[in-house]
Amino acid sequence: MEIDMKIVEEAKKPLSMHPKKFALWLFMASVMMVFAALTSAYIVRQAEGNWMVFDLPSLFWVNTGIILLSSVTLHWGYISAKRDDLATVKLAVGITTILGVGFLVGQWFAWEQMVVANVYLVGDRPSAVSGSFVYVISGLHGLHIVSGIIFLLIVLAAAFRYEIHSKNLTRMEMCLTYWHFLDALWLYLFLFMLFNR
Amino acid sequence: MATTDIHAAQHVHSHDEHGHDEHHAGNFWTKYIFSEDHKVIAKQYLITGMLWALLGGILSVIFRLQLGFPDMDVSWLRPVLGGWITEDGKLDPEFYLALVTMHGTIMVFFVLTAGLSGTFSNFLIPLQIGARDMASGFMNMLSYWFFFASSVVMFSSLFLSTGPAAGGWTIYPPLSALPQAIQGSGLGMTLWLIAMALFIVSTLLGGINYITTVINLRTRGMSFSRLPLTIWAFFFTAIIGLLSFPVLFAAALLLIFDRSFGTSFYLSDIYIGGEALPNVGGSPILFQHLFWFLGHPEVYIVLLPALGITSEIIATNSRKPIFGYKAMVGSMLFIAILSFVVWAHHMFVTGMNPFLGSIFMLLTLIIAVPSAVKIFNYVTTLWQGNIRFTPAMLFSIGMVSFFLTGGITGIFLGNSAIDIQLHDTYFVVAHFHLVMGSASFFGMLAGIYHWFPKMFGRMMDRRLGYIHFWVTFVGVYLVFFPMHYIGIAGFPRRYYSFTNFDAFSGFSDLNQLVSIAAILTLSAQFIFLFNFVYSIFRGRLAPPNPWKSNTLEWTTPRFPQHGNWPGEIPAVYRWPYDYSKPGAKEDYIPQHIPYSETPESNLPHENELIKLETDQASGHVQEGHRPAH
Repeated sequence: MEIDMKIVEEAKKPLSMHPKKFALWLFMASVMMVFAALTSAYIVRQAEGNWMVFDLPSLFWVNTGIILLSSVTLHWGYISAKRDDLATVKLAVGITTILGVGFLVGQWFAWEQMVVANVYLVGDRPSAVSGSFVYVISGLHGLHIVSGIIFLLIVLAAAFRYEIHSKNLTRMEMCLTYWHFLDALWLYLFLFMLFNR
Repeated sequence: MATTDIHAAQHVHSHDEHGHDEHHAGNFWTKYIFSEDHKVIAKQYLITGMLWALLGGILSVIFRLQLGFPDMDVSWLRPVLGGWITEDGKLDPEFYLALVTMHGTIMVFFVLTAGLSGTFSNFLIPLQIGARDMASGFMNMLSYWFFFASSVVMFSSLFLSTGPAAGGWTIYPPLSALPQAIQGSGLGMTLWLIAMALFIVSTLLGGINYITTVINLRTRGMSFSRLPLTIWAFFFTAIIGLLSFPVLFAAALLLIFDRSFGTSFYLSDIYIGGEALPNVGGSPILFQHLFWFLGHPEVYIVLLPALGITSEIIATNSRKPIFGYKAMVGSMLFIAILSFVVWAHHMFVTGMNPFLGSIFMLLTLIIAVPSAVKIFNYVTTLWQGNIRFTPAMLFSIGMVSFFLTGGITGIFLGNSAIDIQLHDTYFVVAHFHLVMGSASFFGMLAGIYHWFPKMFGRMMDRRLGYIHFWVTFVGVYLVFFPMHYIGIAGFPRRYYSFTNFDAFSGFSDLNQLVSIAAILTLSAQFIFLFNFVYSIFRGRLAPPNPWKSNTLEWTTPRFPQHGNWPGEIPAVYRWPYDYSKPGAKEDYIPQHIPYSETPESNLPHENELIKLETDQASGHVQEGHRPAH
């Protein structure tokens, strides 16, 4: 092989990280901005007065527990994948998916609780906008949970094909990051609505 | 049991692997339509953006006819506009509002956001940072097709019997929320919202890709301090878009709920025909807050790419290093940050707390500082340069001119007291059409003239370029300069006609001048269109580096294939502005030339750098210089 012996100064490899993981973080930043906008709209409208105060449905507490638990089970799956314990990966991701669906079902029943308490999406008096906000915010979060469940299903399918293991963690890691994010996002939204009634 | 799939490896650097003469045997569909090649996607954005620009321009000329010649019989437009021309040959007033709205929407979003960022971020980011393609070619393709879908929806809304959205491009409720208020707030507004939702998805997909690519896929040696200013500008633009477009999405979502599901986020105490609407408890000001939180950064999403493109072109064609590289980057960063904390200057007259108004006024006026730094640096780059007046250079200098003249009126408008007089007058229209509209449009044209040889392998005709420039440049000033006077006289924007008011009976001659100049400016764009299309097929063949420029895109072959460089990606050893370096053989040293090959022009600290490296590296061959085989 012909070798060019010219010696030049070294061109350093610039800093970089995994492009897809990086893109996921950027996506989460934009999702965060949507909810930042909605919650600040909530505060701006609330500051104008004429604001109905009502108790959040008790099921929100249960659902918060469910989604926190689902984060734990997914992390369990992630640790198992790192240890190449593939059977546990399937189990853990499966449980997480079920918990995720359970959260969505729970949110639906929480809405029913609100309806029973005479809080509707479309209010009949000026102060009822507070109820509309709770429906829209929790509904949009639910939509993101749907996307998270789709991601979980993809990872679950991969786990059943034995594609999630210690040497192929990227998908699992991204799913974990996203699911933790959705969990933390709900926690923020729940506490926000709880303390800013 | 162990697994069978060993394709785990590294996906991170997979872009390095498909370097060697990738033959994309794809068919017509994968090569030109659903392409994942950033260069093809850039051209798709460019062509779509140009079609939109043409339509947006034609719409503006139609309503300028009404404003300049209110008594004119325009029934000759009936073959095109049909029922929008009334019995007595006049433009329908509601359609006039629709025209104004669609002109704004098309120009701001479809031309100067998608057409500008979409074209040049896509085209230049991988080529100038030395990457094979975007971080995700698939997402990039999706980005274009979401934009295309959005375009189709928006375009089809023009053909509704109730007309397209007509509540202004800012779509303030309650006007935009109530079909009873104006025809355009019916199906036209629904389609507007659908189109914008698709558009936001497209922008986010694109923006995520641009940021990821700039940070993660730079070639060896391409540190942040060696990035061309174009890349810095696209990078900041993408970050602003990523943070502000989701807020528009939230605003639009609540508006959709108000329009279609009966909620009252923005609506309250509205009586139509003496009857109260059921919607109560909302706040229309809330919409303005949310909208302008996007709306103001949007101004810089439109402007920053133009600033980046012109910085590059002016340095190249002045044959001088850009003056104050770090100040240029710093001022763009500062502008980007400030863009998020000035939104309420659009709302001084909404009855906001005057103290709050003072704060927003102060923050707004601070933007003058980084803007002035940029103007200063442009001028000092030109100063004593060996200037080459290519069409791209002329358009860049034109951009600096508009940025200055349009920016100065921003200082008036940013004052909450003066704004009481000037708010919603033609003064505002003149201001933002110069500083944001024309400046960005000139940046876009400059970019097309400058990178046309790289896009299509041929040169555009210079002489037609000069004619295009002078007619457009003079035309733009003739359109927007008189508007300042009309605005100071108190003429409100978006009015169908002024002849019915005694107070506004004057200035009809000035309005005629503006309309004639607008027609002239639009016609000049057909010279450009002809030049563009003709040069794609018949233009002079482009040399590899026609402008003797330093950046990496000129090291690619005349027709770069998917993957950009046939061999290895060149490494980068210096910043992109080594023009007219004292002692150098030529007046430019491209970025991929190492210091060790230019001992005659190196500065002392650069020689130190070589010595340091050769001591370490002596004996072992640098990876980057193994000849490709």
